[in-house]
This record gives sequence, structure tokens and C-alpha cells, in this order.
Amino acid sequence: MTATTKPEKLSPKDFASDQEVRWCPGCGDYAILKALQKTLADLGAEPHRTVFVSGIGCSSRFPYYMSTYGFHTIHGRAPAVATGLKLANPDLDVWVITGDGDGLSIGGNHLLHVLRRNVNLQIILFNNEIYGLTKGQYSPTSRIGTRSPSTPLGSVDSPVLPCSFALGAGARFIARAIDTSQKEQVEILKRAHAHPGAAFVEIFQNCVVYNDNVFADFTERKTSSETQLYAEHGKPLLFGKDNTRGLRLKPRSIEIEVVTLGNGVTEDDILVHDQKNRTLAAMLCGLQPPAFPMVLGVLYDDPAPTYEDAVFHQVAKAADALPTTDLDSVLRRGRTWTVAG
Amino acid sequence: MTVTSPPTRGGRELRESVVVRFAGDSGDGMQLTGSQFTLETALIGNDLATFPDYPAEIRAPAGTTYGVSAFQIHFGSQDIMTSGDDLDVLVALNPAALKVNLEDLRLGGMVVVDTGSFNDRNLSKAGFEANPLEDDSLAPYQVLKLDISKYTLEAVKQFELGQKEALRSRNMWTLGLMLWMFDRDRKATVDWLKRKFAKRPEIADANIAALNAGHAFGETAEMPSGMLGYTVSRAAVAPGVYRTVTGTEALAWGLVAGMRAAGLKRLVFGSYPITPASPLLHVLAGLKAMGVVTFQAEDEIAAVCAAIGASYGGALGVTSSSGPGIALKAEAIGLAISTELPLIVVNSQRAGPSTGMPTKTEQSDLYQAVYGRNADAPVPVIAAATSADCFATGIEAVRLATKYMTPVYVMTDGFLANAAEPWLIPEEADLPKFPVALRSDPTGFHPFVRDPKTLARAWAPPGTPELEHRIGGIEKAYESGHISYDAANHQRMTDVRAAKITGIANDIPLQEPALGEDHGALAVVGWGSTYGPINRAVERAREDGLDVSHIHLRHLNPFPLNLGELLRRFDKILVPEMNSGQLVTMLRSTYLVPAEGLNKVQGKPFKISEITDAIRSRLER
Repeated sequence: MTATTKPEKLSPKDFASDQEVRWCPGCGDYAILKALQKTLADLGAEPHRTVFVSGIGCSSRFPYYMSTYGFHTIHGRAPAVATGLKLANPDLDVWVITGDGDGLSIGGNHLLHVLRRNVNLQIILFNNEIYGLTKGQYSPTSRIGTRSPSTPLGSVDSPVLPCSFALGAGARFIARAIDTSQKEQVEILKRAHAHPGAAFVEIFQNCVVYNDNVFADFTERKTSSETQLYAEHGKPLLFGKDNTRGLRLKPRSIEIEVVTLGNGVTEDDILVHDQKNRTLAAMLCGLQPPAFPMVLGVLYDDPAPTYEDAVFHQVAKAADALPTTDLDSVLRRGRTWTVAG
Repeated sequence: MTVTSPPTRGGRELRESVVVRFAGDSGDGMQLTGSQFTLETALIGNDLATFPDYPAEIRAPAGTTYGVSAFQIHFGSQDIMTSGDDLDVLVALNPAALKVNLEDLRLGGMVVVDTGSFNDRNLSKAGFEANPLEDDSLAPYQVLKLDISKYTLEAVKQFELGQKEALRSRNMWTLGLMLWMFDRDRKATVDWLKRKFAKRPEIADANIAALNAGHAFGETAEMPSGMLGYTVSRAAVAPGVYRTVTGTEALAWGLVAGMRAAGLKRLVFGSYPITPASPLLHVLAGLKAMGVVTFQAEDEIAAVCAAIGASYGGALGVTSSSGPGIALKAEAIGLAISTELPLIVVNSQRAGPSTGMPTKTEQSDLYQAVYGRNADAPVPVIAAATSADCFATGIEAVRLATKYMTPVYVMTDGFLANAAEPWLIPEEADLPKFPVALRSDPTGFHPFVRDPKTLARAWAPPGTPELEHRIGGIEKAYESGHISYDAANHQRMTDVRAAKITGIANDIPLQEPALGEDHGALAVVGWGSTYGPINRAVERAREDGLDVSHIHLRHLNPFPLNLGELLRRFDKILVPEMNSGQLVTMLRSTYLVPAEGLNKVQGKPFKISEITDAIRSRLER
């Protein structure tokens, strides 16, 4: 507590706690843990000002493996706990770690509200389309027909698209990454950190035990150039080997279609990514393989005033408006009378 | 007997105490009328207690019995402990109000009615087959039949309001008459009307005109004999500066006073609107300048979780609700127990189960507070006895929560939350201080290292250098706080969590009787808002020579150390509760004493007479 000199720059390893990591071997969570530790090191984050708040589930064990402050709360409620934490101390750098079950099923309500309020947090949703910790039941992001112990004949209910949900809730930052794509993931996490307000990042995380390869249709490296599109602000939405395919607006419609350059189609026809364009973001969030590439990167980034800034602005104004904030005068405000001794 | 003898004028009759109830349609402004009468009554120095009673529906269909809203005030020159048993005066602004409230008027009491509202339509809506003003159904009472509607319209005529708008001043005309009847001032009400309608001065003026007209009517009109007006002398109370206070206000201020006594800078209040708890959110929202941040959450769970997050961050986290909402918070309260964080949970109890009767009072959530969580999850539970006592209760809650790193339940109820009484305003310098020591020293730090005396763990909020650590709801190794599934460790942690709460008994006052000796034939034991009626009932019984004492509990978990010993010094124990017998069961199971219950769940406080009757029957058996 006496150290006043600037600490040496920390390495990713310095952000690892002394606890043994207990995810299944091969779990995508390891890669995300590594990416976040590198992100914090690259950002020069101060461990004592950094807090990871999680709910319940495999992903929510995350805080135990970081050397920062951490709070493993209850199922679905991490956004609410994190909101209270920011109201106690808005100077903290708070990351919420959640999963598809935690964030979109039992905690869907809190995720909705933390996003619309725009609390200054990074919310990282590990999507593996399955309940891992409870041994493999289908989740709210599982595709129709998912066979699981609770749906032996296949699930029948339609899944929620996390990024579409977040955008509908009013999120001002939405991004997508793949667990094993370290370089892109770290860049995206840094962008989320830089965004003032609630930043929502969906990470496709492979569950090797209960849902292995569920994202393979677009994560498979051999074919990824044809199945992934990495959106960058100001650049045309191109993908494919040698960037020969792209997204454009279907003429006389408001739908996106995939086109191949050539035969009269030029780069001028291709949509240019604008991270502040909410309508475009809505379209990109909704594109699903195999008809479309999975759009990764920062899909939307348009900052708005944060919740805690607005709250503390009111608090400061209220204090300024009073001649004194001593308790005795507050208790005597309004109608009083004196009984003589 | 409806009095028709010649009018008289003259001196006022002296009364020691009076109970008045204002009743009308929920749109008639009865709560405002009652509040203003309360203020004027407080200002002339009477002691008082009030009981607002209003429907859950915001605008129930006009004229119906379930749309009746009432405000009762008991005031006098003696120490007033309850809102009153039977009414001396009932003001009924429509037939439904008469129908619902007449049963509470004492025989010979006065009923003031607005004859203008007793038309066929309103009579039939209220379920009267014949007009009670025209037959002898009101014969046991003094009836003051006044066409208040007509008088009000005349009084506000010059302001050229529409008929509907003009009739809205009926309550002020009535208030003027009642202020005359009990000889109190109108000035505070005039000031209030001017402030309230600052943007519509014509409405302020019309209401003031109606108020003055009602008062002038009493002064000059020919009143039936026996209605000379009354004088109620000042109560003899301790010298000092007073104000009226509801339980809600007192609790809000007590929590802020507690935060300051703990040396904390910020109180984060997470809450979701629910009757009758919401007013606490409203009052605290007005205290931002004192370091209060209010958070209207998306649901009860988010409200408590935000409060827990705030406490984790080094602020005082508080959440508030009523029974159904507390049920939703239960899992999160378990988290605060497991992570050993300070948290205050206020329960403004209401009649249940489920939605029950949201606006009606009850104290049936004691089991919920003491036992209502999964697993072995003990928490301290304290209760406020009166509206003003909510202040001290709030401070005590903060003391226990911060000193013992634990959630604390504060039990109030719909009655306490809304009822007002005069309050001798304390000086902050005279309040207890219990500064919190946030951990900052990394030497030997573990998140679950404990104070050997209190067994409380260290409070080390994020932001503190070199104390980075992880906590959560999973069982923790005894000191390090690391995840542990070790069998012996779980036993040890369960035991230490229990011992910490049990040990609080060493840090609270020994139980003393609120009234009477510490031994005898009968102890009447209560908790919460039954304080007033029990205390007055025991006082009356003692005046009649009965050997009875009143014991009132603030601390319901843990109980004071000497409680068992104290109870065993009485031959009989009677426990009046507004539930079906919860404290009584706890006392019986804890101390194996032959306590018996006196139970009432009618959405209303006990009457003094109900308790005196029970005392007599126990002692005469």
C-alpha cells in the first residue's frame, strides 16, 4: 500500500491467479482466458482497479483464474451486481463474464436492462449453445433440433441471436469473436474496453464435451475465408479467397445478399461498413451461415452518455443546490415546532 | 338520536383525546385532508398517531365501497400510542364511506355527512336500499347533515371553475370545518396550498376560499346543540424541536445517519416499486445530496444484487420491498451471507400470501426473515416499534451490517410505513458512532481472515491496491477464501457463519420490560408495530391493578441473551401478533416456555381493547 512509483508493465501471466484452472481439457474458455490476460497486459490495466463479475456456469468460473478482483455471483445476476458496483465506485474497470444460459435465459432481463441503461462495463458472453455445467441440456441459443438430455428428440424452440438481442436492447457497442482467434479477439476486447458505456461481445466458444464443433461450419480454418467476414469500419464488406465476394443490398429491397465480384459487379456495389449505422448493424447481426458468412469484428460502436455519468451528475447537482448537507439541517427541513423546556 | 334542538353557542368542550376519521372516495383527497389536519394538530402541540387506509386501486370506480379511502388520526393532551380504537368523529363524504366506516364509530359518536352526495345513484352504488339519513339507522349517533357540496360550490363560485373542478375543494371545506371544530389554525394549510398550486393560483385561491368557508361555517352557522367545538390541550412532552414523521421518513433518515456513523460516503439503494415499500425509494431519492444513490432496478432480484454489488464496492448497500419481493430476493441474500458482505433488507410487511392485500398491514413475514432461505443461512433480524423508532432501527441495522459483515433484515409494515407521529428531532452529535475499518494492509491478508471477537471477515473493496482477491457463492476455504468442497471445511464454515450471528447477542442490550416489573403473573410480548396497542393495553390493565408487564423485542434474531430467563419469571406469556403465530412459535421452540398467541390478520392494527380483553381473560382464568 506504500508503492507510489509507477509499477512495471505487467505481462499476461501477471493477470493469472494462483488457482488451478478447472475447465475441461480443450475447452474454448482457455483461449478466452488467455486473450483477456493479454488484453489487460496490453492495456496496462491496474489489477486493483480491475474487477471481473460473473454469474453461474462454466464461463462464470472465469474470475477465479484472474489475479484481479473478482466476484462469482449467482445465476444470471452479474449485470445487476456489476451495476451496483459501478454505483459504489464508478472508477473501477468492470468486466462482466456470462454465458448463453446465464446471460440470455435466467439473466435475460438483467442483460436487457444493463445494455439499455448503458452502464460502463465490458460484457463478454461466452456462447457455446449448450448448458455445460449442468451436463449438456440445450440452451436458449441452441439451434432448432438440438439433441440433448432434456431434448432427446431435438429442441423445438427458436434460438435467440445474442447480438440481435443486444442491439434490440439498446446496446451501443456490439462485437463478435471466435475463441481461438487470439489476435482478432484481443483487438476486439481492446475496442470494447475503449468504448465508454456497455460494450457487448459475443464469443463463439467451443464446448468439447457437450457440443463439440457446433460452430465448425464457420470456424473451420480451411474454409474460414469463405465462411467468415471480418467487418472493419470504413472498409467494404468483402470476404472469400482474395476478397472476391461481398455483401450488398439487394436491388429494390432492404435485404443483404452475397455477390461475387465480376460479371458487372464491382467493389462499388459492396456495402461499406459503418460502425455507427444501426440499421446496417441490425442486418449484420442477423446474417446466419450457411447462406451468409458469419460477420465478426465490431459490428456497432456508437457511444452515448453512460448511466453512471448521468447518475453522478445528478448527485453532484443535488449537493450543489443545498446550502449545507449536514444531517441536523436535513432533519429540520420542512415544518417543525419547538416545545419550550 | 338526530339532534334537532335549538342551536347554542358558547365555550368549547374540553377533551383529553379524540379519534377522527376522514373518509370519502379515493378521488376525494382524503389522504391530503388527513395529512393537513395532522400537521395543524402537531403544530398546536397535541401528541398524535395516524393511520392512513386506502384502496390498492389508484382510481377505483367512484362511489363504490371498495373505492373508499380513509385517514384516521388520534390526538390528545396525553401520550398517544395508537391511532385509536373507536372513532369519536367520522367524516363521510359519500354514502360508501359511511357504509364502510360506520361500524368503527362509537355509540354516541359524531358523523359528519355531505348530504349533497347522498343521491339515489351513490346510495345504490354503496348498497343502501334506503337513505340512512332519512330513516333511523343513524339514531345511535350524533349526525351533522351538511350539504357540503353546495356550500363548496358557493364558496368557490367567484373563481368560475367547472362544476367538477369546483367540487374538488369539498375536502378543503370539510377540513376548514374540522379545524374549527377542534380549534386549530389554518395557516400551514394555506401556505401548503399556495406552494402546491403555485402554477395555478386560481386553484390555490379556490381551495383556500373553501377552507375558510368551512371554518366560517363552524364559527357562524347555527349548529345543533352539543356541537360547540372542542379543545384538546397540548400534550406534556419533552422540550426540544419536533416534527411529524412517518416510519418511511424516519427509516430513510436513520439509514443515512447510520451511513454517516459508519464513516461511509455512499449509500446505494436498490429497489423495485411495490406497495407499501415504494415511499422509501421516493424519500431516499430526495437525499442525493447526502451521498445517497437510488437505483430503480428492473426487478426485485436486480435491486438486491445491485445493493450487494455496491457493498462489495465499499458503499452501504440497501434494498427494500414487501413480502412478495423479499421472496424474490432470497437467493441473492444467501449470496451476501456466503460472501459475508454488509446488506440491509427492509421489509415493509403487508397482508399475504401472494399478492394478498397490498395496502393492508400485517406482520406475517417474520418466519420469512428468520428462516426463509435455502440452507443454513442465519441473518440478524430487527424490527421497528413505532414510526419514530424507525430512525433508531435504521441506525442499528447499519451498525450490525457493517460491524458483522452480514445482511440485516429490518422489519416494518404498512402501518408503520405510512403512519405519522411527532418526533423529537435528535442532534447528530448525540447519535452513536461506529466507524468502519476498510482493510488496506496487505500483510497477512486473506479475504476470509476474521476479527477474533466479532468473527467478521475483512472488508476489502476493489480499488484497494495489493488486496486483489476473488469471492463468490461457492463454499470457501476457511481463511484463504479459495473454492473448497472439503467436508470438514464446510462444517467449519457453516459453524462460523452461525457463531458470528449468534454472537451478536453479546452486542445488544439485555431485554428489559417496556412497562411493568421483570416478573409476575403475565408478560405480554410483542414485536414491531403492535407496540402502541400492547403498551396502552398493559398500562390500562395495570391501572386496574392487574399483574402484567409489556416486553417488546427489537432484536428477533438473535434474541437478547437474557430473554429466556426473563420470560421464565412470568407465570403466563401472551404474544399478540398480526399473523397466525410466528414469534410465539419461535419463543416456544427457543425457550420451551408456555407462550400463547393472540392473533389477528384483518389488515388493521390491534385495538387496545382487544388486548386488554385478552389480558383479563388470561389473568381471570
